[in-house]
Amino acid sequence: MSEVPDDRKYTPSHEWLLADGQLVTIGITQYAADELTDITYVELPATGTEVKAGSALGEIESVKATSDIFAHVSGQVVAVNEALADEPGLVNTDPFGRGWMVKVQADDLTPLNGLMDASAYAALLRES
Amino acid sequence: MKRTPLYDFHVKHGAKMVDFAGWQMPLLYTGIVPEHLHTRRAGSLFDVSHMGRIELYGPQAEELLERVCTRRLGDAQVGQSRYSHVCNEAGGILDDVIVSRYEDHWLLVCNAANRARIVAWLGEQAAGRDAELRDVTEQTLMVAVQGPAVMDALGARLPIPINSLKKYRFTSGAFMGVPFTVARSGYTGEDGIEMILPASVAGMLGSVLPADEEAPIKPAGLGARDTLRLEAGMPLYGHELSEETDSLSAGLAWCVDLTKDFIGAERLRTIATEGPVRRLVGVELEGRRIARPGTQLLEADREIGTVTSGTFSPTLKKSIAMAYVCVDTAEPGRTVMVDIGGKSATRARIVPLPFYKRSDKCAST
Repeated sequence: MSEVPDDRKYTPSHEWLLADGQLVTIGITQYAADELTDITYVELPATGTEVKAGSALGEIESVKATSDIFAHVSGQVVAVNEALADEPGLVNTDPFGRGWMVKVQADDLTPLNGLMDASAYAALLRES
Repeated sequence: MKRTPLYDFHVKHGAKMVDFAGWQMPLLYTGIVPEHLHTRRAGSLFDVSHMGRIELYGPQAEELLERVCTRRLGDAQVGQSRYSHVCNEAGGILDDVIVSRYEDHWLLVCNAANRARIVAWLGEQAAGRDAELRDVTEQTLMVAVQGPAVMDALGARLPIPINSLKKYRFTSGAFMGVPFTVARSGYTGEDGIEMILPASVAGMLGSVLPADEEAPIKPAGLGARDTLRLEAGMPLYGHELSEETDSLSAGLAWCVDLTKDFIGAERLRTIATEGPVRRLVGVELEGRRIARPGTQLLEADREIGTVTSGTFSPTLKKSIAMAYVCVDTAEPGRTVMVDIGGKSATRARIVPLPFYKRSDKCAST
């Protein structure tokens, strides 16, 4: 079982959130990428879009299925990983690094407190 | 849930297992796309043991099969296999099957999901006929080995002259007391074989697959099996074929003999005379989004059809789909819109099937 980076928070829907001040980078975990199998397309919001905690901010599509990506903080999208347009497979090969999806300038970081840390998420995966 | 005789093989090769029609089956080993591409470049081994294998014996077995199958079977020779549909009285498709004539019996291979109902259907038709059914599914294993490298690689390893088999012909017998059937058929659009062996010899399959990393033939799962058949324009029961569809609308008139009185023939003759109102076509979408089954096709504001299968083609690197469309719109080259969801509909083109043919090899990267 691969370890998950311990510098970030995790959600029950298998996203990760990495906060650097108010700037929060969001992606999905290796577990989620493996469940989807070969990712063919990632639909992401345009920069400037307002996202709301609890709503879907995009979609990720594979040969097998389409899945929503959820925002767990509210704020404005300030960066989108353009590399995924040509290389959606980065999400499969490097989901915690080059497969990042969006950066959000979060209004409020409090929601992160309710998310899982690395060991809690690893425990969740062990039960799956 | 049932396990095929190759379950240990799947686990040993790191398969991600899923539930399929009540069987634990390998969805993938390394990845759907790499397994798909490897099949087209070299070769892959697929476990298809979950599919139904029903033997029919007796002097009226042939007559029973002629009655339930759309295809003419009487003139098939020993060692010949034929693709056919099995229909209900209304001409709706109960399953698509392969029927093979052996010396002293017939074999019908059906989809795993339909096995119980096909066995029941054949049983009903066998009543009052001198015909005996034997469901040998769980005593046997079946594998498909498909790809351009397969005939040479296996020809060298198997004690059976497989290279002299023509398409849709099979050979059967026993080797060192082990009964076998090897057929030159498949569901991927590549050359290759399908092999039936007793369940007890599953452990030997590792020796058919050379062990080194450079080996030409690798295991592949159901995920790649689906993307391969879709590229090859082959129908899948539950998607392109169902009780709500008919063989003619599906573009498979070649497997229907309307001069024969099989169950469902009357309805099919009517459809043939009036012409089907919808046809199965290929669709090539712009962009990378995939059209899932049930997605609507539109022309202006008119709903003209529904997607039955869709994927991102690993070989062609395009989003492709199969769909039933109104017969007046079923022309290759016609632009349609696909309502995938999201902000706006996606442009697409009707294209002929198949998307991929073996002879196109030099065209793909």
